[in-house]
Amino acid sequence: MPPSLRLEGSASYRGRAVFRPLSLEIGSAQWTCLLGPSGVGKTTILRLIAGLEDECEFDGRIDASDGQPLPGRVAYMAQTDLLFPWLDVLGNTLLGARLRRERSDTSRAEALIERVGLADHIAKRPHQLSGGMRQRAALARTLMEDRPVILLDEPFSALDARTRVEMQDLAAELLADRTVLLVTHDPAEAARLGHRIHLMLADGLREVAPPPIAPIRAYDDPTVFACQSELMALLRAPDAHAGAVR
Amino acid sequence: MRSAGLVSLRGLGSVLASILIFLVVWEAVVQLTGLKPFLLPGPLRVAQALAANITSIGWHALVTSTEILVGLVCGLGIGVITAIQLAMSPAARVHVRPILVFLQAVPFFALAPILTFWMGYGMAPKIVMAMLIIYFPVTSAFFDGLMRTPPGYLDLARTMGASRWTVLWRVRIPAAVPALASGLKLGAVFTPIGAVIGEWVGGSGEGLGYLMLLANGRAKIDLMFACVVILAVITVLLYWIADWLGERMTRRFS
Repeated sequence: MPPSLRLEGSASYRGRAVFRPLSLEIGSAQWTCLLGPSGVGKTTILRLIAGLEDECEFDGRIDASDGQPLPGRVAYMAQTDLLFPWLDVLGNTLLGARLRRERSDTSRAEALIERVGLADHIAKRPHQLSGGMRQRAALARTLMEDRPVILLDEPFSALDARTRVEMQDLAAELLADRTVLLVTHDPAEAARLGHRIHLMLADGLREVAPPPIAPIRAYDDPTVFACQSELMALLRAPDAHAGAVR
Repeated sequence: MRSAGLVSLRGLGSVLASILIFLVVWEAVVQLTGLKPFLLPGPLRVAQALAANITSIGWHALVTSTEILVGLVCGLGIGVITAIQLAMSPAARVHVRPILVFLQAVPFFALAPILTFWMGYGMAPKIVMAMLIIYFPVTSAFFDGLMRTPPGYLDLARTMGASRWTVLWRVRIPAAVPALASGLKLGAVFTPIGAVIGEWVGGSGEGLGYLMLLANGRAKIDLMFACVVILAVITVLLYWIADWLGERMTRRFS
């Protein structure tokens, strides 16, 4: 069982609050969606958990339920695929092992590439792939890392509508047994994917009940639409876009 | 593919045509004005001088080409090492970079006499001249490339637990190869000037620069022009090679 995570605290940048004191729970083997407008500090939270945030001052703590430290146990997937243009799909999938100078498990990488549907494109370089295929390759690379905690920073937002839905299905299937934090600004995405949905606005964090059926939910399910509308209404509330509060 | 080949063939054709027109106008000017050959020889005379001295010119051209190539390779190597050093060490950036910026402003041609004084009349000072010319564009282009690694690549490498040096070798250097290639393309065409100026100043009895000076002194202007033509050919070849290599490097890494 992967650990659950808990982040408590506040962050500031040069004395200005990035987000005010808050508490976020990320359930074990669940998709936790962090939904909010741009500039509200969602990505900062994700970067803090990933151990990537150097700019902000974080006052608080991040704990895993098993008490073990987090570094080395997270995999990260961003909005851009971050595929290295000089490596082919296989090389990009094996990137982690290359960067740690470990032996590459090529057969496992090939199996994962097949699972994301890129078996015919394994020797292609990123510029030969479509946007959706590139994000599939990035997913294979993320799975190859085999980490219990997966941090997704709007990984589907640059895809066209159809490809996005396909990628959500694939990611939900392949990451079902991981602790996932998904940062998104798309209410439809949160409504489809979240076991729990946290809405992050300028005045802080609040939890919104997800649709009453288990994810991954059909994009055209009425309960998904209802949840989506509710989230949208909350996002459009007058003070939602005030940005970081001082 | 076929149409691209046709276009470049047509391009080559128009280049040859304009060269031909240039030569015809040149010869016509010389013939019609009755300029003395020791002032301005026509292309036919230059061609004759080239044919008559082909062994000698060939030998001197070989010397100059060697200086250019050795200077190019050394300058490239030292430039790459400097850029990596600067990229990896904040202390080097603070202390070495201002010196480099200052050195870049030094007119190196003015250094040719002192280089000859230090290193003698052999090939060494000419190689160093060529080297200095390629060194700065390569260093600054590659350094810029190394400092501009997409931040997302570095984030990803960090979550994957890569060490500083592995990030350098497997992320930052490959990502900076296109920048290195543009530095190479930028600098390579100027290296022949460095070598020739070295030859002018440090008369070693070898190289196209020396031969040009000698021909000039003996009023063999047609021979001097023949040397200039060969030097231009070497420069064009160098440009093609650097362009081809740079293009290949860029395509492989981006």
